[in-house]
Amino acid sequence: MMNTKKIYLPIVVLFLLLLPPMVGNYWTQVLGNIGIYVMLGIGLNVVVGFAGLLDLGYVAFYAIGAYGYALLASPHFGIHIPFWVMLPGCVALAAGGGALLGIPVLRMRGDYLAIVTLGFGEIIRILLNNLDPLTNGPRGLLRIDAPAMGNFVVNSPFRWYYLIFAGIIFSAFVADRLNNSRIGRAWIAMREDQDAAAVMGINILKYKLLAFTIGASFAGIGGAIFAARQGSIFPENFSLMVSINVLCLIIIGGMGSIPGVILGAVILIGLPEILRGVHQYRMLAFGGLLVAMMIFRPTGFIPSARRKMELRE
Amino acid sequence: MNKGQGLLTVRDIHIYYGNIHAIKGISLVVRKGEIVTLIGSNGAGKTTVLNAVSGVLKTRQGSIDFEGTRINRLSPHSIVRMGISQVPEGRKIFSRLTVTENLEMGAFIRNDIKEIVKDMEGVFELFPRLRERRGQIAGTLSGGEQQMLATARALMARPQLLLLDEPSMGLAPLLVETIFDTIQRISEEGTTILLVEQNALMAFVIATRGYVIQTGRIALEDKIENLSKNEMVRDLYLGGDLD
Repeated sequence: MMNTKKIYLPIVVLFLLLLPPMVGNYWTQVLGNIGIYVMLGIGLNVVVGFAGLLDLGYVAFYAIGAYGYALLASPHFGIHIPFWVMLPGCVALAAGGGALLGIPVLRMRGDYLAIVTLGFGEIIRILLNNLDPLTNGPRGLLRIDAPAMGNFVVNSPFRWYYLIFAGIIFSAFVADRLNNSRIGRAWIAMREDQDAAAVMGINILKYKLLAFTIGASFAGIGGAIFAARQGSIFPENFSLMVSINVLCLIIIGGMGSIPGVILGAVILIGLPEILRGVHQYRMLAFGGLLVAMMIFRPTGFIPSARRKMELRE
Repeated sequence: MNKGQGLLTVRDIHIYYGNIHAIKGISLVVRKGEIVTLIGSNGAGKTTVLNAVSGVLKTRQGSIDFEGTRINRLSPHSIVRMGISQVPEGRKIFSRLTVTENLEMGAFIRNDIKEIVKDMEGVFELFPRLRERRGQIAGTLSGGEQQMLATARALMARPQLLLLDEPSMGLAPLLVETIFDTIQRISEEGTTILLVEQNALMAFVIATRGYVIQTGRIALEDKIENLSKNEMVRDLYLGGDLD
């Protein structure tokens, strides 16, 4: 298992690095879109897959990251903090948002938790729409700065592809390390049986809060990249559908599994692009796929070994 | 430690479930090295008392002291760190993790990997069945094995005080005997034990002292040899046929 992983991983990475020149501008752009969702998926997977907390408002942290960057790197306030400085700033902002959501929901479980997180996501979107003086409301924020290193500006689909790629590698590495850490073990115990975990000496409140905070930080990176890449952002970019899509791609790929998240994003975000030719049947094909998945592979395409065990029972 | 002072001292605690006054002023002492049993019928409040000690339930009045430190305002995870481990009612093992993983979770509060490995060897000595099934998913174990696992898991935290909640529940008589033999061995190896049991007959075989709970109050407290001679105890809890 470990050995096949070691052999395949460099091949896959090399393939992905060589992909953009082979597929051209348009598909590189699509791959970039997929990549942002991969990052969001990796982050939400920490909350849902590792810690077992159903979060339906994940888009809120994505929005916080995006607006955090856009406000401080655009003509809106005339502030132009460089992307590389803002990136950790956006992580901190989103993590703060995660803690803000985490604290009131610490004592909730299951469905109730899901409902409150759903509400939180909507609150952030509505705030963005209505806090006119700060966010410019529905007119959005325009002419957001692109990342630059000296004279080298990240402004083409190819350059963005590699930047997002680096972001994914970093996120996947961090998530994988977390999963195999002491924190990851506490999350497993908590996910399995919260009461039993507490009797083991695991501080449930602390590890729940950690899951929300860490999970949200990934969305902070995703949001900053999204804003810088689009050049303009609007409240409707951060609708409930984003949260649902990210959750769907985790479920399709295989909950708790990082390769699963990547595959899920490719299918969920990439497939509608492939099906553009038969656009009138696009949603039909897509819905059909989701239903077929739930019937034939309820654990997802690449389930984590443990999840497979859990669902079989 | 002061003479006569216990390892665990519960003073006049009151516990409510909503408006229901479940525990109406219970006091008890567990001294170092003892096996103290708490017997009583269904719904008398035995588990409630145990859950108050482990911090799962909050007391509304009274105090619980462990080694001279007040613990009844602490959360369950801090109480585990102080040296009290609970084998909860219904075992609450991690049913989708393996036996070994369950034991590792039991040692969550510890960082001394070498000692943890040694202790795991120790609990396998105590429960050889668990060694045979170390790689198995805990949910597929038999009831008796699950009880063994829950006990072993609690021991992995190296507790000074072990809280056992109905270890005999749902087990075949032969298995009950094995479990109680093991509890005695755990005690001999230096762990103090507070044992809640409906099966008073078995509890009396290994315990040094006992408390009888009736509807949220202590009805009797004595050494086991005296309790087993008591008329009421014999009638109500021992089936009246103890020789």
